Amino acid sequence: MSTRLSKGGRLVDTSSTVAFQFNGKTLTGHAGDTLASALLANDQMLVGRSFKYHRPRGIVASGAEEPNALVNLGQNGKFEPNQRATTTELFDGLSATSQNHWPSLEFDVGAVNQYFTPFLTAGFYYKMFMHPRPLWKHVYEPFIRQSAGLGKAPKEKDADRYEHFYAYVDVTVIGGGVAGLQAALAAGEAGAKVLVMEQTAAWGGRAVVDGGTIDGMSAETWVASALARLEEMPNVTLRRRMMGAGVYDHGYLLGYERLTDHAPDQDGPRHRLWRIRTKQIVTATGAIERPISFAGNDIPGVMLASAVRDYAVNYGVAVGKRTVVVTNNDDGYRTAIAMVEAGQEVPAIIDARGQGAGDLGEKARKLGIRVALGMAISKVKGGKRVEGVELCRMEGNGGAILETIKCDAVAMSGGWSPVVHLWSHCGGKLLWDEVENHFKPDATRAPTGADGKPFVLTAGSASGPLGLGDVLADADAAGKMAAEAAGYAPATTPAPAGDARDENQMKPVWMMPANPVYELRMKMWLDYQNDVKVSDVQLAAREGFESVEHTKRYTTLGMATDQGKLSNINGLAVLADSLGEKIPQVGTTTFRPPYTPISMGAIGGAARDDVFQPIRKTPIQQWHEDQGAYMEPVGQWRRPYTFPRGNESHAQAVSREITNTRTNVGLLDASTLGKIIVKGPDAGKFLDLLYTNMMSTLKPGKCRYGLMCNENGFLMDDGVVARLDEETFLVHTTSGGAAHTHAHMEEWLQTEWWDFKVYTADVTEQYAQIAVVGPKARMVLEKLGGMDVSKAALGFMDWTQGKLGGFDARIFRISFSGELSYEIAVPASQGRAFWDALMAAGEEFGMMPYGTECLHVMRAEKGFIMIGDETDGTVIPQDLGLHWAISKKKEDFIGKRGQQRTFLASEERWQLVGLETVDGSVLPDGAYAVVHGHNENGQRNMIGRVTSTYYSPTLGRGIAMGLIKHGPQRMGELVEFGKVDGTTVMAKIVDPVWYDKEGEKQNV
Amino acid sequence: MSEAISALAGANNPNGFAAVAELGLHGMITVRGDQADAGFAKAVCTVAGVEALPEVRKCVGTLEGGVAWMSPDELMVFVPYSLVVEKLEELNAALDGSHFLAVNVSDARAVFGITGPKAREVIAKLAPVDLSPEAFGVGDLRRTRLAQIAAAFWMNSEDSFRLVCFRSVAEYAYNLLAMSASAGSEVDYF
Amino acid sequence: MLTLQCPYCGVMAEETELSAGGEAHLKRFGPGSSDADFETYMFMRENPKGVHFERWRHSNGCGKWFHAARCTVTLEVFGTYTAQTSTPPADLLDKIRAARPGFKWREFE
Repeated sequence: MSTRLSKGGRLVDTSSTVAFQFNGKTLTGHAGDTLASALLANDQMLVGRSFKYHRPRGIVASGAEEPNALVNLGQNGKFEPNQRATTTELFDGLSATSQNHWPSLEFDVGAVNQYFTPFLTAGFYYKMFMHPRPLWKHVYEPFIRQSAGLGKAPKEKDADRYEHFYAYVDVTVIGGGVAGLQAALAAGEAGAKVLVMEQTAAWGGRAVVDGGTIDGMSAETWVASALARLEEMPNVTLRRRMMGAGVYDHGYLLGYERLTDHAPDQDGPRHRLWRIRTKQIVTATGAIERPISFAGNDIPGVMLASAVRDYAVNYGVAVGKRTVVVTNNDDGYRTAIAMVEAGQEVPAIIDARGQGAGDLGEKARKLGIRVALGMAISKVKGGKRVEGVELCRMEGNGGAILETIKCDAVAMSGGWSPVVHLWSHCGGKLLWDEVENHFKPDATRAPTGADGKPFVLTAGSASGPLGLGDVLADADAAGKMAAEAAGYAPATTPAPAGDARDENQMKPVWMMPANPVYELRMKMWLDYQNDVKVSDVQLAAREGFESVEHTKRYTTLGMATDQGKLSNINGLAVLADSLGEKIPQVGTTTFRPPYTPISMGAIGGAARDDVFQPIRKTPIQQWHEDQGAYMEPVGQWRRPYTFPRGNESHAQAVSREITNTRTNVGLLDASTLGKIIVKGPDAGKFLDLLYTNMMSTLKPGKCRYGLMCNENGFLMDDGVVARLDEETFLVHTTSGGAAHTHAHMEEWLQTEWWDFKVYTADVTEQYAQIAVVGPKARMVLEKLGGMDVSKAALGFMDWTQGKLGGFDARIFRISFSGELSYEIAVPASQGRAFWDALMAAGEEFGMMPYGTECLHVMRAEKGFIMIGDETDGTVIPQDLGLHWAISKKKEDFIGKRGQQRTFLASEERWQLVGLETVDGSVLPDGAYAVVHGHNENGQRNMIGRVTSTYYSPTLGRGIAMGLIKHGPQRMGELVEFGKVDGTTVMAKIVDPVWYDKEGEKQNV
Repeated sequence: MSEAISALAGANNPNGFAAVAELGLHGMITVRGDQADAGFAKAVCTVAGVEALPEVRKCVGTLEGGVAWMSPDELMVFVPYSLVVEKLEELNAALDGSHFLAVNVSDARAVFGITGPKAREVIAKLAPVDLSPEAFGVGDLRRTRLAQIAAAFWMNSEDSFRLVCFRSVAEYAYNLLAMSASAGSEVDYF
Repeated sequence: MLTLQCPYCGVMAEETELSAGGEAHLKRFGPGSSDADFETYMFMRENPKGVHFERWRHSNGCGKWFHAARCTVTLEVFGTYTAQTSTPPADLLDKIRAARPGFKWREFE
């Protein structure tokens, strides 16, 4: 039974009481507890069910490596699954529920799976669910979905806020144990700008738990003094509750800071993702203890030996009254000693080695602890908690049980593995250490940065050394090297002196006993979270999975949220053993960021709700929104699609807007249109290269429609160019095309024709641009007054400027509707006032605003193309019958050479025509014209497609534009178009200009 | 024109750990030309009322009369909004005959002030720029990315920044800045 | 995520400030050129495992295009330089040759 001790607990305030809930039951802990320590203090050994077999599971570790104790935390908008109890700080009101069980944690129906264990081996899903195929959708998938998955997805929107923060430092130290602190001291003393982050709330790491002396002080005292010195350095920043999540190219590092997880009522963001650029990174991430695989090693109460003493020393919690220690190294003895010193019983230390431990062995014996050498645990007895262990000889198959020891906890130590994740993220390589039997960083093959030099160093036990003295010396050197690499001269202060390590060599024991029978192997867990056992890895090896990466995916070893922090080496060792190879030959799987899972909120940062993405707004936007306009996205703009009135449908509103514009006058907010100034002595020459047609011959005061292609010859953008003066052109682009077109211009000017004397400027947003369109447009402008807008003064394709109704206006006589049309630009700051003035002036003429759909239908009625409808990046102007806009005189323009390629000059290309259904209906958008026969994919042969299709209220029928093979030669012929429902519709090929072919209406 | 209004009509939020305000309309002229040319430099300085052109990534003067370095061949001239048309004509006249480009962009931009002892932190949450006092001081300017939009900002005095972005995204910029400055989200880093 | 120094404004810009522009030093072939030359210009690219010359634009910054010499394997950046040139600077080529004996990229070695 696990209980709170009467003394001890350096991190908890025993005078405080913190109430929390677990599975609806109210429990109490102390300030400073983690959820895990508080649960253990309440003898809550069972904390969850395993993923696959629903076996009872308890807490195994005391930190980020915990595989089992995953809980659902919080409620409603603060609900989050898969939170590790070991890294969750306790607070008043915390509410947690366990996962993977039904109907309850104590009684779980899914646990029946464990009786099917022989059928649920590695690769089970691959083997079982292949055939017959129809069963997949209705039987297999629903079954798997029901039983798979950790935790539950939150149902409500996340109630918390998150943010990013950019920091630039010389040296970042990850880890706040004695190694990290010493590395920070060494780098800080050299003058480097240092950021130190510790993932937990407490500084000091393992050394303060394990004891030892540094420079004659206790580890605890030394940590306090190191912190005091660091706090005094203005160039050093210390952050707790911040994890080094990932190391990336060129010194990019993500720091994951948890600000309010421990205090949810506190204001401010919950998590902050630090986006750090650092010259050097020192990973002082310590080491993680490995479990040992023996039968029943997943029963609640079997824990890592280091975790058992963490709970005793840090939190004053004894996980057992009688704790058996099983180890393959000296360090495990520390736990036995700590437990006895805490007043608990340790019936035996089971040491797989024949020779036992050094100094620590002696100390254990002096405390009267029985040490069983060369022995192994054959099997742990118990179900939902440990009841005892059966002993056998290490060298054997576990068949002969020598004795049974009653106990309520098992502390296991399989040796230590350096935390190499951050070293490895960006390419740091590893070496196998034959003495400690772990992978450690190979300092000669470090990750390299932009200058080709190493930028990650490891410090302390993250480098490999496990003794306090070696750890400090290594960390001091790492801090000094990092400072030097960042451009600072390190001090010559010697490293602090720490205790030397006097321990006997560990024995590479990964499972016990040495040659276990199958029924033991199939109860030996490697990966607790994904329920992978020794027998699964052995099966994978037998089935030919020789690569560690394949074995990982086949067995799911190390693929859970803990990413195999405990299971990795043991799994490799079992695989290597099965393959008859050595561990370094088998190699390790790839370590990828993040180190432990980080919240989606932190990744997204502030980008939620109204700042999820930038929405561009015209100066008249508010008016549209106030009218209840139905908006549609056009790039990052939101433009009114139509302005419905009363109970009108959108289609009815669009028809009304068209009819009104064609009979009276309409008003369009065209501010989104791109506007670029091109100026200089070579501006005309430059635009001649940019456009397919001639621009240099345009006279000041005039406008000309132009086409822009890319070098491949494909149509890219179109618009009207106005010549402002001899040297200056105003180029209009499509809405949303401004930035792209401006960049296109700058690219050619900067990288190809840098001798041209041309400057460009994007002035899109300087102007609000409003189109006044319709037979009565002139009357509206005349009513505003101030400028002569008669045909004589301002003819079709002219522009002028002046004061219109008191506004600074530039007026273009251009038309995209076929009607008499004025596009008027005023400074954006006057845009809304100008719109209001136009609305007032137009009232007596029946003026109505119209939206983008009306604009589209009107242009289609005129047969005008729309970039993005008639074009898709593979269409050339010639396909669209725009030969008139392609200069034959010019030697060169961008795209000219591309268009000369045979396949683009081919007569076989689909070409633009108008389409009218025989029954007057509207053709489906994107429909293909089909002919007899099928292609190699079994589809009907196709000879064209619809590019734009609308209902035209002007013509009272559906009209469409499309690209049809030999289209222009087939006027009047019928073509068949496929519909989504499988039926077809017949359409006649017609001229695409339906409305005012002669252009009389726009030229009045 | 009396009806001219800025994108957010002077919206401001004084409640955060730094004050965020849209600063209304300001005269801004984008000028492109050869900054090494003495005549060019003199014309720009005269219009802006500054002694000399700013060095690379610097801003001199104020929003009422100043110049910001935008690129090797681009400057932003600040003048009072009411004078911008007149100043633009003055500049065009002074540079007539040379190769240059000067355009009024006063209405195409929004200008913000971010003020307070921790103003640096507001921007450091949004832009990939080293804003530590050693790296960024009064007069320093950066054109960069502010979350998902382009922006330019500079320090106009100790504890105070000016930030310029496109008018159409003014609301996005304001919401971002105000959220980044919200009380309780201090980083306490610089 | 890369950082490249913009040779125009001097900023050490992270990738989110930049836009990639593909291979550097392409020679444009326009009207009158052979199909083979035009194909090379439009489509044939080096794709080296090693040092590569690339175009980048400081798009969320001063807006200028520039060139960079970068190793595609180690991401080591040998230097950045102006866009207004059709060859890498001699000192940069020297630096690359010294670091990567046998280096070859198109006509440069």
